Amino acid sequence: MSSVLSVKNLTKTFPSGDRTITVLDNVSFDLSAGDTCAIVGPSGSGKTTLLGLSAGLDNPTSGSVMLCGYAIDSLSEDERAAVRSEHVGFIFQTFRLIPTLTALENVMVPAELRGRSHVGDEAREMLASVGLADRTHHYPAQLSGGEQQRVGIARAFINRPDILFADEPTGNLDADTGSSIEDLLFKLNATAGTALVIVTHNPSLARRANRILKLRRGAIELDELQQAASHVSQSA
Amino acid sequence: MLLYISSMIVGVAALVSINSFGDNLRQAIDAQAETLLGADLSFEGRTPFSDVIEAVIDSLGGEQSRRTSFASMAYFPATGDVRLSTIRGHEPGFPYYGEIETDPPEAGRSYITGRNALVDGTLMHQFNVSVGDSVRIGTVMYRVAGRLIQTPRETAAVMLFSPRIYVPLAELDKSLLQRGSRAEYEVYFRFRDGRDADAIVDELKPLLRAHNVRTDTVKEEKEGWDRSLSNLYRFLSLVGFMALILGSLGVASSIHVYIRQRIQTVAILRCFGAKAWSTFHIYLFQAIGMGLVGVTIGSALGFGIQALIPIVLGDFLPVDVAFSVSWSAIWLGAGIGMGVTILFALLPLLSVKDVSPLIAFRSELETDTHRPRSLFWWLINGIIALGIILFAVIQAPQPVVGVFYALGLFVVFGVLWIVARSMIILLRRHTPRNFPYVWRQGIANLYRPNNQTLIMTLALGLGTFLIATMLLAQQSLLKQISLVTDGDRPNLVFFDIQPDQVDGISRTLAEYDMPLIDSVPIVSMRITALNGETIESMRADSTRRLTWAHSREYRSTYRHGLTDSEELIEGVIVEAVSTNHEGLIPITVESDVAETLDLAVGDSVEFNVQGIAVRTEISGIRTVDWQRMQANFFFVFPSGVLEEAPQFNVVLTRASSEKIAAEVQSSVVQHFPNVSSIDISLVMNVFDAIFRRIAFVIQFMALFSIIAGLLVLSAAVFISRFQRMEESVLLKTLGASRSQILRIMLVEYSTLGLLAASTGLVLAIGAGWGLANFVFEVDFVLPVQYLLYLVLAELTLTIVVGFVNSRGVYERQPLEVLRSEV
Ligand SMILES: Nc1ncnc2c1ncn2[C@@H]1O[C@H](COP(=O)(O)OP(=O)(O)OP(=O)(O)O)[C@@H](O)[C@H]1O
Ligand SMILES: [Mg+2]
Repeated sequence: MSSVLSVKNLTKTFPSGDRTITVLDNVSFDLSAGDTCAIVGPSGSGKTTLLGLSAGLDNPTSGSVMLCGYAIDSLSEDERAAVRSEHVGFIFQTFRLIPTLTALENVMVPAELRGRSHVGDEAREMLASVGLADRTHHYPAQLSGGEQQRVGIARAFINRPDILFADEPTGNLDADTGSSIEDLLFKLNATAGTALVIVTHNPSLARRANRILKLRRGAIELDELQQAASHVSQSA
Repeated sequence: MLLYISSMIVGVAALVSINSFGDNLRQAIDAQAETLLGADLSFEGRTPFSDVIEAVIDSLGGEQSRRTSFASMAYFPATGDVRLSTIRGHEPGFPYYGEIETDPPEAGRSYITGRNALVDGTLMHQFNVSVGDSVRIGTVMYRVAGRLIQTPRETAAVMLFSPRIYVPLAELDKSLLQRGSRAEYEVYFRFRDGRDADAIVDELKPLLRAHNVRTDTVKEEKEGWDRSLSNLYRFLSLVGFMALILGSLGVASSIHVYIRQRIQTVAILRCFGAKAWSTFHIYLFQAIGMGLVGVTIGSALGFGIQALIPIVLGDFLPVDVAFSVSWSAIWLGAGIGMGVTILFALLPLLSVKDVSPLIAFRSELETDTHRPRSLFWWLINGIIALGIILFAVIQAPQPVVGVFYALGLFVVFGVLWIVARSMIILLRRHTPRNFPYVWRQGIANLYRPNNQTLIMTLALGLGTFLIATMLLAQQSLLKQISLVTDGDRPNLVFFDIQPDQVDGISRTLAEYDMPLIDSVPIVSMRITALNGETIESMRADSTRRLTWAHSREYRSTYRHGLTDSEELIEGVIVEAVSTNHEGLIPITVESDVAETLDLAVGDSVEFNVQGIAVRTEISGIRTVDWQRMQANFFFVFPSGVLEEAPQFNVVLTRASSEKIAAEVQSSVVQHFPNVSSIDISLVMNVFDAIFRRIAFVIQFMALFSIIAGLLVLSAAVFISRFQRMEESVLLKTLGASRSQILRIMLVEYSTLGLLAASTGLVLAIGAGWGLANFVFEVDFVLPVQYLLYLVLAELTLTIVVGFVNSRGVYERQPLEVLRSEV
């Protein structure tokens, strides 16, 4: 299968006083279309940084990232935004819905940013598929955490991305809600073929991915391929 | 931090500058009181003083200086220009206090010997006249000795209406002072022996009154100025106070946001055992500190701005206002500023006291604004309301008026608030779903948590309201005046024409191919008795209140029937009587005067027509449309009575251009030096100029409000910086391009600008309509073009200020912001 994400010798350092700290140290890995990958590791090991650099949200100190066929570091801000808009979805630990828009409008945002119009029906379907058909006109403040995250997932999938980045998507949710969110993610992966990159502290979530990257002090400590069987969902 | 309080700085600055200007003005008037009048005492009459009065003047002694003033045409032979001016013939002596300020300076004293004239600056400017040129008044030619800058009893604004020309009394063309033409005879006294002018006036009052002689003393003059200036000053300070309240609202909302952002911190402190009141104190002290900084800077700024006010108002002031430190004004401004700030700061601070430590455990801030108001909250609001009323009462001449001021203030704010509020809600509810996304997002951004849309709309809206109301009133009035001279209506008036000159004038008009639209004879007269009761006896009776209508000089005409601007509402019109008519002469009276004089059909009125008693009876009552450019009269006589009385004529005509009007005026004045003329379009220009100045003053004040609004905007944008950064980074992550994000901001700021502008406009249109209909009684005009400019200007300002404060928001790297999850 073709590669959706190819990270080569990625290094990121931050100046800290008179010395520099190395957050990512020469990290490389490849991801094919439809792959699911969990990034795990202790706090401060550089997971979020790796995720962000992979998605082109910041510039690496050295190394390169190929995202969906584009060499991210050679693109301008706007070109990167266009790539994200077309190929990439995001889910955040703290949901990050736009508080002034309804659930439906939130789901529509990425599609509308791409200049697509009349996406209302599509967004409604997305919401229905995450089980929120009756919450379309609620504002984020009127939704529970789990519901907000489901809106977040609907938003991430509206543009049918090739790859989805999620930073601790279940970190702010209780175990039950969390696992239903997991189910949703893997179901969408199965049906739409979207590659998943998930940062998580949750071992059971990590085990469902067919690949686990374990970071320690900015370097890949373990790159574990699992057998595909694990992404069978237990509930629909 | 400075930004938080900058809106308050503006308010304090406004208050301090206005108050200290007021103080300085009062001091200046006190110090220069004598120069207001230029003498200790003056007498003034519309006719030459009678023998009795002359005897009184004689017995008063002291130093005396006479002056005679009248309106006449000034003719500048160098260019052939003419302009109706107020000519003042002076005797040496006046002014005893102060000086006639001229350019060159020595001309003010030296012009009095010889055929010299001092000419008003605007007039010299208009006709390009320079010192050394000639000016002819009547048949006498004068050398222009200097330009008038400032003199006692005249302000530049008045001179705009009718330019002044000073000449020596001895060199006056006395033929211009015929019976019937309007003149003012004055005598100025100076008493070196320290006699009390006011006591003299009290003693002589009845006698002087009976002879229609008015008096003026330094004290009266000063009181008059005090009264009108303190009205002006009160108006200004009200505006200043509004600016301060706006500023304080800005502070309150800044603190509100500041506190909300720190509620987590407070909750954590509380978790670790901090007491409710001690956290409250911490923030209160911070607020007081900010207030102190604001008040200090505001006072300093206000002190500086004060220097600007005389530049704005100079034309309306009788004295030079020195620039000096008024500590009382500074303390007052600072005190009020501080008080208002603390009170307004207390409101949002109260929420700190009520912060539950539990909040620390919640990840999201819940909007808990709907808690029941604590007693303390009501107390503070009560104190604020009381404070505003107290302030208004201090500023107002009477407590009752002050309460009304305060009520007015509440109403203005209330209405603004309601309008702003409903517009915001309306926009929120009815943002069309099919708008492009950037539009909807931009509009939705106005409702982000902790938004300050309402307060910004209030502040900017108030400024717009003031400016737009002024604009609407001005345009309605100007339109009215231009209507007056539209079409075939007359736009050039000749008056003071002797009966034997009428033919000559009409011949001149014919030469210029101008129509003689109307020629009306005018006879001056005074009422001596109403229904047999003499005005004198009424005056002696202290229970009767005499009005201007009883004692004024009436200019009446005689003619057949009504003009087309009149309507008979009662009785009949007698068109003519035979010359040897016996008994009472049937006349008609204008309805307003009839009401003031309490006259009904059948009542008798006795006139003194230049020495001859004429007894009349009211036969009919007319209404008059005064807005028509026409010679209109209070009393109209039938033909056959006044033909032989001393009279002069008024001729109305229409000139097709200002140039022709100037030429014909020039020609008439050369043939008939005593005939005056006035070009209505010129009057309109003057009116426009005056209005512009007043508008300038009001706009200057409105500026404070707009600046306060823009500062609140800056502060609001600045405070929500992080929020905005997160928003834009989120959108960027979701694939928004730079231009999309910028467009969203553009929509946000322009919607805000539009909201504010339309709030102000809606109110201004209401107020302008009210003013036009009930105060000026003219047709309301909606100058769409000007209003559009205003809205555009406001839009641009909002957008610029918004963007300036948002700079850098876009440039942040997304990852940096996303990492710092709260
Ligand atoms: N802008 C920055 N400046 C300095 N240091 C940074 C910056 N961004 C990240 N770091 C450091 O990089 C390291 C890795 O951060 P990162 O957020 O990637 O960790 P993480 O693995 O996601 O941790 P967690 O599981 O707690 O979310 C941390 O030690 C952090 O202090
Ligand atoms: Mg992290």
